[in-house]
Amino acid sequence: MPVRKRQLPEIPPELVGTVHLTPLDQIYNWARKRSLWPIFFGLACCAIEMIAAAAGRFDLSRFGMEIMRASPRQGDLMMVTGTVTKKMAPQVVRLYNQMAEPKYVLAMGACAISGGPFKEGYNVVSGVDKLIPVDIYVPGCPPRPEALLNGLLSLHARMERESIRDLRWYRKGEVEEGIPVPDLGPDLIDWRLAERLEPTVRQAEE
Amino acid sequence: MSETTHPEADALIAHLQERFPGAVQPSPAPFTGLIVAREHLVDVATHLRDELGYRYLASVTGVDYPQGMDGLAPRFEVVYHLCQASGAPLTLHVHASREDPAVPSLAPLFPSAVVQEREAWDLLGIRFEGHPDLRRILLWEGFDGHPLRKDWHEVYYEEDHKPFESRYPAGEPVQAESRTPLGNNLRYPEGWSFEDWRPMVDVWGYQAHDAVAQEDNPDFPLERVVLNMGPHHPSTHGVLRLLVTLEGETIRRLEPVVGFLHRCHDKIGERNTWLGNMPYTDRLDYVCSMSNNLGYAIAVEKLLGVEVPPRAEYIRVIMAEFTRFMNHIIDIGFTGNDLGIYFTAMLMGMEERELILDLFERVSGSRMMCNYMRFGGVAHDMDEEAVALARELAFERLPRAVDKVDAYFTDNEIFRARSVGVGVLPPEMAVAYGCTGPLLRGSGVPYDLRRADPYSVYDQFDFDVVVGQNGDVYDRYLVRLGEMRQSLRILQQALDRLPDGPVMAGKKQALVKVPAGESYGRIEAPKGELAYYVVSDGGTNPYRYHVRAPSFVNLGVLGEICKGHLIGDVVIILASVDITLGEVDR
Repeated sequence: MPVRKRQLPEIPPELVGTVHLTPLDQIYNWARKRSLWPIFFGLACCAIEMIAAAAGRFDLSRFGMEIMRASPRQGDLMMVTGTVTKKMAPQVVRLYNQMAEPKYVLAMGACAISGGPFKEGYNVVSGVDKLIPVDIYVPGCPPRPEALLNGLLSLHARMERESIRDLRWYRKGEVEEGIPVPDLGPDLIDWRLAERLEPTVRQAEE
Repeated sequence: MSETTHPEADALIAHLQERFPGAVQPSPAPFTGLIVAREHLVDVATHLRDELGYRYLASVTGVDYPQGMDGLAPRFEVVYHLCQASGAPLTLHVHASREDPAVPSLAPLFPSAVVQEREAWDLLGIRFEGHPDLRRILLWEGFDGHPLRKDWHEVYYEEDHKPFESRYPAGEPVQAESRTPLGNNLRYPEGWSFEDWRPMVDVWGYQAHDAVAQEDNPDFPLERVVLNMGPHHPSTHGVLRLLVTLEGETIRRLEPVVGFLHRCHDKIGERNTWLGNMPYTDRLDYVCSMSNNLGYAIAVEKLLGVEVPPRAEYIRVIMAEFTRFMNHIIDIGFTGNDLGIYFTAMLMGMEERELILDLFERVSGSRMMCNYMRFGGVAHDMDEEAVALARELAFERLPRAVDKVDAYFTDNEIFRARSVGVGVLPPEMAVAYGCTGPLLRGSGVPYDLRRADPYSVYDQFDFDVVVGQNGDVYDRYLVRLGEMRQSLRILQQALDRLPDGPVMAGKKQALVKVPAGESYGRIEAPKGELAYYVVSDGGTNPYRYHVRAPSFVNLGVLGEICKGHLIGDVVIILASVDITLGEVDR
């Protein structure tokens, strides 16, 4: 939602240069977007390009995000860099649940977006958005580091448009439950499918 | 290209037939090697290992022939590749019935078979009798079916062979999800229900560790802790899980749990066209895509019987050696990362990598996933500018980079204190576990396929096989450092003598038909012996496509070399083994 331009009150002449006025949203988003901490979460090939983006030539730290945190509790951006397999799916969901809000997810590369070249594989999840909500998609196989930087800047632009009044993590009353962690049975067991499937099975039995 | 036509191979068959009457027979053409009767497999293998010097079991895999092939009955086949200290590998075929496939395990003879037989059990459902620990390895316990069987179809199954009808221009493009009942890549067996299913705690992972934990240590009883590292762990270079049993801080047992990046290469490879597999090989070991291309091209060229033009061979060698350099310098950077230098050493490696990638991008059009080799040559020629760039790197820039790494690391007191005497791998154990690459040579075994079984034009270059002495982390580092220097030597010779001429035998073809037969093409990849076992039925698609990945086999020895060390040493030992998870899990 775009921030409405508002008329700011005038600053008394003796305080010009000492006092600055700005909407709360703007300063809040400005501070937030320049201190995203990604969690260090390399899945496959794209992770190497993520490291390249953090290394000398591309230098991720220009955008205030050189600190890759190993713990999901300290990160607010999950870059899904590579193929999400069914065997890895429970961990991906668990890591997402463990991240503190505000949290963002960036799907990097064809595999994380849709399964990519490995889509038909029996152990491959068709895109990480089948499991967790994704904010930014960066296509490519693998995307060049420049593409990743562009994706991150798009995320910054998106954060700038957010307003403190309607962010879901400041709402009172509702406590969001985490996404149910899938299990490994005869195939990946996505518990959210159970509600959709069980009634039909029951109907068939009746 | 049949190996049985060699006089030595014929002599070997005659010798074995005399020694084991009725147990051994040559494979019918176009297949190579021997067919060994199941009952005699262990005897024949013991004889080959102890008397004839076949001490290194390179690869174990299986093939499913539900219709039979070449006059042989429907069967499962287990294929072994055994190697001597030099020369081509010996192929053994063992047949098993289609209904209840069981083959005696070679794991007691060759520990390198432990992980590979587990993989064959997992994907093909062939039981190995006498295997110490026959569990699924790439998938999980409880998975429905054995995916590499020809009658097992994945959820998005369309046809046996690409190109699929749905992707032809006449047809409308259809999203794969829309064709499945759940709108997802998921399928549950008949009669299975969410309500009845109870989550399985992965007891199978912990059971063995509990057994160790309960062993009595009467002299000095200590409480043992089972620690779980990964699959999300900062130092495991990807998604690897290590189950560690600790006594205090000392490791009593360590088991790598793999499969978190199992992307079904083998199954997808069977659907793809021959050339369609080339970009998939890039994504195996995603640090060294050029080497992977080379291995696959060599395997298929053996079947095709094409002669590669000299300029293409030289370009291949140039690319493969740049890849080796890049892999080693990044691995040394990772070692530094795991030691606690954090990102600094890594950045040194990444700096050189970017320069090499510039060259790769210039010749192939892509930075990382080059897809550069073709059957019978390479996709594009190196132009003047690319050659100039390569010369600048090989003669000026990279030698200085090696010296820089040398100056920072080799005599560094802290690095030596952390690495000397850590993770010692004795040479006998290294051979028995099928280790290859710097891991093997660090233990003092001078086995390098560029010398032992030369491919491409490596016999025309002057270089040394670098070996270590003690087999510890430090020696592996020294081997990598030495190999970087040797790579530069090869590069300098190749660039000086780069011949003119075409870079492709014949004209480029998209749909290659490969004569029926089997082939085992192997190269010395930066991480070890990378081999492709391909079977063709004469069509446009591989009948079987198997990757013998060096990282996967090398990882099998990790548990042994970590024993007795401190928990803090695990990550540095792992970095010195040098794995890429894309290749481990495939």
